[in-house]
Amino acid sequence: MRATLIGLMLAAALPAAAANFKAVLLVPADDARLQRSRLERAYLAHPLGSAEAGVRLALEEAEFELQAAGARLELHVVEVANAAAAKQAAAAAEKSGLVAVLTDLDAPATLAAADATRLPVLNLGNAEDRLREADCRANLWHTQPSERMRADALAQTLVARGWKQLLLLTGPSAADAQRSAVAQAAIKRYGLKLAGAKPFKVSADPRERELANPLLLTTGLSYDAVWVVDSDGEFGRALPYRTALPRPVVGDGGLFALAFMAGFERFGAPQLAKRFAKANGRPMAAADWAAWAAGKALSTAAVAAPKGPAAAFQKALAAASLDGYKGTAMSFRPWDGQLRQAMMLTDGQGVLSLAPIDGVLHPNSPLDTLGGDRPEKLCKARV
Amino acid sequence: MMLKITTLVLSLAASAGALAQAGVAYVSSEKDHSLTLIDLKTQAVLGTVPTCKRPRHLQLTPDGKRLLAACAENNAAEIIDLATRKSVGRLPLGDDPEAFDFSADGKMIFVSAEDDGELLMLDAATGKQLKAVKVGKEPEGVKTSPDGKLVYVTSEVASLVHVVDVASAKVLHNIAVGKRPRRMAITPDGKELWVTNELGSSVSIINRADHKVVATIALELKGAKAEDITPVGIAMSRDGKRAFVAMGRANHLAYIDVASRKLTHTVLVGKRAWNVSLNKAETQAWVVNGLSDDITIVDVASAKALKSVPVGRVPYMAVLVE
Repeated sequence: MRATLIGLMLAAALPAAAANFKAVLLVPADDARLQRSRLERAYLAHPLGSAEAGVRLALEEAEFELQAAGARLELHVVEVANAAAAKQAAAAAEKSGLVAVLTDLDAPATLAAADATRLPVLNLGNAEDRLREADCRANLWHTQPSERMRADALAQTLVARGWKQLLLLTGPSAADAQRSAVAQAAIKRYGLKLAGAKPFKVSADPRERELANPLLLTTGLSYDAVWVVDSDGEFGRALPYRTALPRPVVGDGGLFALAFMAGFERFGAPQLAKRFAKANGRPMAAADWAAWAAGKALSTAAVAAPKGPAAAFQKALAAASLDGYKGTAMSFRPWDGQLRQAMMLTDGQGVLSLAPIDGVLHPNSPLDTLGGDRPEKLCKARV
Repeated sequence: MMLKITTLVLSLAASAGALAQAGVAYVSSEKDHSLTLIDLKTQAVLGTVPTCKRPRHLQLTPDGKRLLAACAENNAAEIIDLATRKSVGRLPLGDDPEAFDFSADGKMIFVSAEDDGELLMLDAATGKQLKAVKVGKEPEGVKTSPDGKLVYVTSEVASLVHVVDVASAKVLHNIAVGKRPRRMAITPDGKELWVTNELGSSVSIINRADHKVVATIALELKGAKAEDITPVGIAMSRDGKRAFVAMGRANHLAYIDVASRKLTHTVLVGKRAWNVSLNKAETQAWVVNGLSDDITIVDVASAKALKSVPVGRVPYMAVLVE
């Protein structure tokens, strides 16, 4: 209510011509993901630069359309050091009449931001399933596909190939453990079998060779494929072609399921990737696509409700239908706030296939076979 | 466009050298850098004509003697002489040309420049850029009005049809249509502009008198989800009674009754039906299937597919020269 009032007052203060929508993007201060040594390695599933680039590209693309609709959309970026700072920034955004908050933050900071405001919070960088399930929020939306969506996309692909027996290798971090559980759930959901599951560790210590040596880790078992869960990226990158059996690697090495890959040739994607590369001097990574999609959601809402008020803008955001350059129009799932979308299966050189795979059936949309579905009622805040 | 091509073809048929050109379809293939030639009578592939890289949009020159194939990668069009069926050179088409149309007097070419978000006005003889008009991102379809005063351009990103005044090179109107508008057709009476919306699964009908959308036809197909209905190509019969729309990933050709604005027939064709062209007698619709590397020839009267002919990789569009 308060947000709406402030929004109305602001609207009254502005010249009657064009509605001027403002949004803020909250990014981590000293983002470890963007340190030079990590960026230089350019691991496939990891960001290649700031999320701001993708959001700005979407807003720039929409300029003509916004102008025609008589609206303006402004973005500013705020660095937050922790959850408390995220909370403060989100609360400030609401007070100063912004229409949305975008976040590229860890889960605690994302939740702190969502809880500090009634504005829609668009999570464009965090894939943790708990933000769509137990810790979901009614005002929290996600353009970044969830871990489960990635795992489901991979599992569907394995089913399509008939690679049923899997060796699961899981890294040592807490994130790895969490993501391994998500992978195992997908393996179970799609009727795949675990031929074995082992922990791995990146180490040159001969005493740890059973944990670190790809040959030793992959010997003595029969399997159709190796599914590696490696949030860090170093082990997964070096695993293909080093397994004891000549079998493909999937997950965080070999074949990845990602929101986007710049080499994708269909549905106008080359134009998007080209625009991004031209503007930023680097290829468009999957993370950039999710950031771009958040910007696209904002501009779509601004065009749909060009005169405001903020409440109309927010309603339009929830109902937005986006052209994500992945073939089908995308929309947000009302039951968990997730943007439903196709996933690209890629080895980093090209896109080998898309998920949902052909032939996967769903009563409403095959896109809803990726990630949590409505009947599961995993998000209580939105039921 | 159908109307114009047909008129050209008629005038060609009257000329003496017409025999040499008669009875061939040219089909562009994005990945083969060539056009496939198909005999209209035997429906057999006669051969291929090499072109610039990634040929897509095809259109006959106003004199009906040549065919232009726009190549995004070469920033040029390959000029094919219809008499010899060989390239006679290239015409610069500006950066990243997608589709184009000629001005009413044939002296200018209007080209959508995909990357820059511009409509370029070029000298048709030299390809020299005369003017550029800023439009929404990823402009696609280009259509000149019958009186030649306006050019319509679709922007895929902005979901707008821009109405550009040729004389002043200014955008007069921006008409909001469905998501990802692609191709256009003007009814023969000149009153309506029909626009396919690839991601809107629909056709928007614009009244050309006031440039307002007067109707939107939602394309539906039993057993197909709306998201798989991705219309692109559109052709209209000469009498203006029927429109044909290629339904994209729904793999069907749709017939629409223009007066009632109702979908009347659907015909199963190949994968991702992309563009559609009619033969002169309007007894056949040639549908180009982007994802099955073939074209499907549909018998219009019976609404049945007669034959599918394999062509090059990722075919885009066909022009029938009779």
